Amino acid sequence: MRYLRQFAARIVGQSIRMFARAITAVRAEWKGIEPVPRQRVYFANHTSNADMPMIWSVLPPALRRTVRPVAAADYWLKNRLRAFVGPEVFNCVLIDRRPEVDDKPLDRIIAALDEGSSLIIFPEGNRNMTDDPLLPFKAGLYNMGLARPDVDLVPTWVANLTEIMPKGEVIPLPLICTVTFGAPIHVRKGETKDDFLKRAADALLACRPEGRP
Amino acid sequence: MTSTTADILLLAFGSFGILIALTVLGEVLRARQSTQTPNPVLETYMTRIQSWWGMVALVGIALLLGKIGVMVLFAFASFAALREILTLTTKSQADHLALALAFFVILPLQYIFVGLGWAGLYMVFIPVYAFLFLPMVSALRGNPQRFLIRVAETQWALMIAVYCVSLVPALMNLDIPGYGDRSLLLVAFLVMVVQSGDLLDFFFGRRFGKTRIAPGLSPKTWEGMICGVLCAMLVGAVLSWITPFGIWGAALMAGAASAVGMFGNLVVAAIKRDRGVKDWSHLIPGQGGFVDQLDSVIFAAPVFYMLTLYVYT
Repeated sequence: MRYLRQFAARIVGQSIRMFARAITAVRAEWKGIEPVPRQRVYFANHTSNADMPMIWSVLPPALRRTVRPVAAADYWLKNRLRAFVGPEVFNCVLIDRRPEVDDKPLDRIIAALDEGSSLIIFPEGNRNMTDDPLLPFKAGLYNMGLARPDVDLVPTWVANLTEIMPKGEVIPLPLICTVTFGAPIHVRKGETKDDFLKRAADALLACRPEGRP
Repeated sequence: MTSTTADILLLAFGSFGILIALTVLGEVLRARQSTQTPNPVLETYMTRIQSWWGMVALVGIALLLGKIGVMVLFAFASFAALREILTLTTKSQADHLALALAFFVILPLQYIFVGLGWAGLYMVFIPVYAFLFLPMVSALRGNPQRFLIRVAETQWALMIAVYCVSLVPALMNLDIPGYGDRSLLLVAFLVMVVQSGDLLDFFFGRRFGKTRIAPGLSPKTWEGMICGVLCAMLVGAVLSWITPFGIWGAALMAGAASAVGMFGNLVVAAIKRDRGVKDWSHLIPGQGGFVDQLDSVIFAAPVFYMLTLYVYT
């Protein structure tokens, strides 16, 4: 049964990847890093629920196997299908966002890093529904950069998803989606939280592709 | 085996012969290079040759499958081209439904009309009906911001990526006296003369091109273009046996198609410059996107279709 579930998870994963490729021709642009197996935290802008599957789809197989998206438990445990896709297909690190639960999300993230996994995180915390390119970052990125200073923090810009699937629309438009990976950053010695988060946001904005109207 | 099939196979083997020669040439040059420093020009050349292999194989298989194969191939090319152009055009959420209709209704309908051979409808469907109807859909959502720019850019994308591209397979609908069911070969003729003209324009332009045609837009030169068009005419004359035009007619048709295609390439270069991109996408290794590869065929297709329609039917 376990093997059957693993097999099903692989099939679903491949289908999601192929669907993303067929509709949006999603492709990676390796601007600041090479697609080599190294422990990394990919921190990305968040405008749509499809952000994470897009990043996941463009990673080469060797990198995809070791990457774990950090995601909200309330979203991924909502029904049985999501409870299969989130934890088993994407191998998510699930974070409980409910205020009444005294769960330390950072402990889980650090534990995943210590297992050797790479992570995908969305430091804005929520989906960005404003006209600003980014919401202010939460402290999590700084804290994990401080706790595990050797891990590369890679800015990852997902372009075009707001136009492919704006909130409230049903049919996705088959426009081209690009995922741009920038040069990694680290928390500098003595850098304050605010300075670092500002620098991280700037590094992420610098990854935006050319040619937007 | 019909004579049309035999001709397609002959064309395919001819193209494979040229590609084998070009591949061997590249491999010889690569072997003579020192192994430490790869030559970027040579690597680009080899990537391009590899893409050409794929393209010749795809077009060849489509032609052998007959009308349906060609229709499906160009419908997919339209889809890819429309996706590339609409990714860069001005749009807002108010256009979402109109754009979805463009992709999932207008495009398939245009190809169905071409497939059914309804010339009266496919010639006006996008320029008239889509032109009137899609802005209405956008207007219903009530966002006036940059409205004219949005609808105009969407319509332009449809004209280029769907209407013009669909006129390549529409060549198969032309009923030319004494040509029978061989009109499939006109598709091969158009693509081959325009693409070889482009290739030789690039080559001669690099060799002894001096006078830029539009310095702000593209490195294209008058010298390269004239040589390219002349070579396209020569290729057209050599291929005249697959056309109903005769040797001189084939040369003139090839020259006209190639010249229009090259100026179309300038139009596309202007748009890329304006939007600040080098290529439309990265779908074809070494060549950029579908629009980069097909721009000259796209502009040549309506002119070639009309000339054939008025002069030869």
